Amino acid sequence: MKTSTWVKLIIVLLVVAIFGAYTLPTIVGKKNAKYVSELFGGILPTDTINLGLDLKGGMHLVLGVETDKAVFAVLSRAVNNLQQQLLNAKIAADHVIPSGKDATIKIYLVDPKDTDKAVNIIMDNFPNYKIISQGQPIVIKLKEQIVAKIKKQAVEQAINVIRNRVNQFGVTEPTVVKAGEDHIVVDLPGIKNANRAVKLLGETARLELHLVDDSVSVADALNGNLPPDDEILYEIKRDPTTGEITKVPFVVKKEPVITGDMITNAHVMFGGPLNQPYVAFELNSEGAKIFADFTATHIGKRLAIVLDNVIYSAPVIQSRIGGGRGEITGNFTLEEAHDLALVLRSGSLPAPVKILQKVTIGPSLGKISIDKGKKAMIFGSLAVILFMIFYYRLSGLLADFAMALNIVIIFGTMVMLHATLTLPGLAGIALTVGMAVDANVLIYERIREELLIGRSVHDAVNTGYARAFITILDANITTLIVALILYQFGSGPVKGFGITMAIGLLANIFTAVTFTKTVFDIVLEKFRPQRLSI
Amino acid sequence: MVQIVKPGILIDFVSKFKLAVSISIILIVVGIGHLIIKGPKLGIEFKGGTSIQVEFDKPIKVTQLRNAIKDSRIFSDSRIQNIGSSNKRFIIYTKVSTSSTTKSIEDTLKPLLKSKFGDTFKILEVDMVGPKIGKEFRDKGIIAIVLSLIAILIYISLRFQYRFAFGAILALIHDVLITVGFLSLFGYEFTLDVVAAILTIVGYSVNDTIVIFDRIREKVKSNRKLSNVEAINQGISETLSRTVLTAGTTLFVVLALFLFGGHALKGMSFALLVGIISGTYSSIFIASPVLLLFKGQLIPEKKEVDSTDRFKQQIEFDIKQRGG
Repeated sequence: MKTSTWVKLIIVLLVVAIFGAYTLPTIVGKKNAKYVSELFGGILPTDTINLGLDLKGGMHLVLGVETDKAVFAVLSRAVNNLQQQLLNAKIAADHVIPSGKDATIKIYLVDPKDTDKAVNIIMDNFPNYKIISQGQPIVIKLKEQIVAKIKKQAVEQAINVIRNRVNQFGVTEPTVVKAGEDHIVVDLPGIKNANRAVKLLGETARLELHLVDDSVSVADALNGNLPPDDEILYEIKRDPTTGEITKVPFVVKKEPVITGDMITNAHVMFGGPLNQPYVAFELNSEGAKIFADFTATHIGKRLAIVLDNVIYSAPVIQSRIGGGRGEITGNFTLEEAHDLALVLRSGSLPAPVKILQKVTIGPSLGKISIDKGKKAMIFGSLAVILFMIFYYRLSGLLADFAMALNIVIIFGTMVMLHATLTLPGLAGIALTVGMAVDANVLIYERIREELLIGRSVHDAVNTGYARAFITILDANITTLIVALILYQFGSGPVKGFGITMAIGLLANIFTAVTFTKTVFDIVLEKFRPQRLSI
Repeated sequence: MVQIVKPGILIDFVSKFKLAVSISIILIVVGIGHLIIKGPKLGIEFKGGTSIQVEFDKPIKVTQLRNAIKDSRIFSDSRIQNIGSSNKRFIIYTKVSTSSTTKSIEDTLKPLLKSKFGDTFKILEVDMVGPKIGKEFRDKGIIAIVLSLIAILIYISLRFQYRFAFGAILALIHDVLITVGFLSLFGYEFTLDVVAAILTIVGYSVNDTIVIFDRIREKVKSNRKLSNVEAINQGISETLSRTVLTAGTTLFVVLALFLFGGHALKGMSFALLVGIISGTYSSIFIASPVLLLFKGQLIPEKKEVDSTDRFKQQIEFDIKQRGG
């Protein structure tokens, strides 16, 4: 044989070996693959192909972080600060209104003559703000790069918190990734209780301890006589027998005593007369000191435990509480207590999240899809395989081998790249099977033509391959362009379609041209046939 | 040797151009007209909403299911689709979506079904898309289609002269319109998968056309005495067996997907089915005869040899060198 044929043969065998090794575990199963790999000293890959959620069941969530609310929180703190400073400077402000949407604060002064003084205070003390209007009201705006930073941090922090929660929830191979500017995509394969997971991930989990203001009657406050530094929050009580929900209003101080970021740990405990579950939490040293000092000076008062603006309980402070420990009681089920402890441990979200998209696929549906997809692929491929043999005889069989090799390369590459096989991805493979033989059809038709005009077998094969090559390139490039665009702009399953098509088309050039040509070369050199089975 | 198309056959495709155009125009007008009058049936990915797939242990009637859920505010104007023929699997579509992380739509559905059917049902799939992200998907889909068209346009313009590019793009638009029209006529929803299928058709259609154009060009260059009509007819005829074979093998698999791939792949495989048939038809009957709409020679003589031709000449040269 010629050296060039040897080189080609070695390349082909290498490709078959490498991609075959990566595809094998998916076919024989992980366990068998491990066994086989050990026989070879553990050098063989044992990873199987990654199945998409549509094939193995699970939940796909797209969460949107409400970054405006994170901006609003920063503005609110500035508003408090500003009101204090204006008060110190004896400037009376009617009201000061923050707006998270456009990151502005509007300041309505009682006396317009104070405007200059107020503006000076703002310029001196609030370097992060631009003054937009000096009229009535004064409008100041948080600088854009600061807003962008707050939003970015809010999303990053939210991802960390959610990742934390997902990891503690105990799902195998979860993914939490950022998508676009403020989206978080969470994939939880094989999850059983999807609703519980959603609740757990979406909980803002902002825990705060507020002093109950006993100096104001609740009825008064509800009628509008609410002191400016107080707010009304509700305790939601659920009757365990009737399931009836009652809302009990409380007047509490706006400024929290303790906030969730001071919590270092939380876990479920049991206690009380009914041995009910409750959540015990621990504070960091700063929180512990504040808590001890505060409880020492407020004995006999009530402290409301507020989670996401809902009061869980408002126990009376009996004595100074040292050691930085506290507990949250309520009518928890064990599951609820467990989840509450989990979200407290993993920290609070910097801004609320909303569900933008939720796809839950039961494992049985995934199995149906796999079975049907497999069936379709087998029927389709079988039809193509038989047809090729019928039409092109031995050469058709060779094209079938090329097609099989193409599928092996697709699977192998996907395992290597840790790409995910989805249902449309399976369709993509099936489609590639149909198109894979196209290259060989082009070549074989050309060879037949060349044979018809009287060329020798050797020449006909060479000319056929050479002439068809450009056309094959063209054909694959146009489809490849589309496949790449699909990969870039598609989401989830459609991405899977794009990637299998792209790999299939690239592999096609190798399998349909290089691989089959090598076999032809060997046959032509070894046997010098006078006729071709084509 | 098995042959679908006899070698050396010459069919006068060009003379069928007017007939082909009439058929295409009728199909497009009917399909797109239907789409415009009825409006596109968008999947929930694009318009937002919730779809819930339920499976019952025993066959039930759609009306039973409708009665069970119609009193709920969420499901009052929902649409129910029966999957397969067993009367066991249904998809319930509602326009409502919720962004709340605490209360889900399936939580509302479960007790409704439970009170009527007991524990004989299972929720297989819930797909909830908020209106905001629906718009994002829509935008992305449009960007993807436009980008593909531009990319293909650039590619064809680089590879062929203007009249070929014009023919290929006309055929491509033809295929997309036919597919979209048929999807609408047969009541399929436009989902992300279907958009992916349409894009694939774009690729397939061009690929098919290019193979034929390549041959027409080769014909003209090898024999300058050929008339335009002769060159086109010969080009199509000589590649006819390949065209039929490739369409055939691709159709085998797509048909298998359509018949056995299950509900999830129905829309996508239907689009591919129509698109591939249309793509094959249009490259023969539309794209090539369109070349005649321009006056003058198909490929003007003495035009600078493009890179592909140079490549081909190189190959020819190599073959000769090797002693062919």
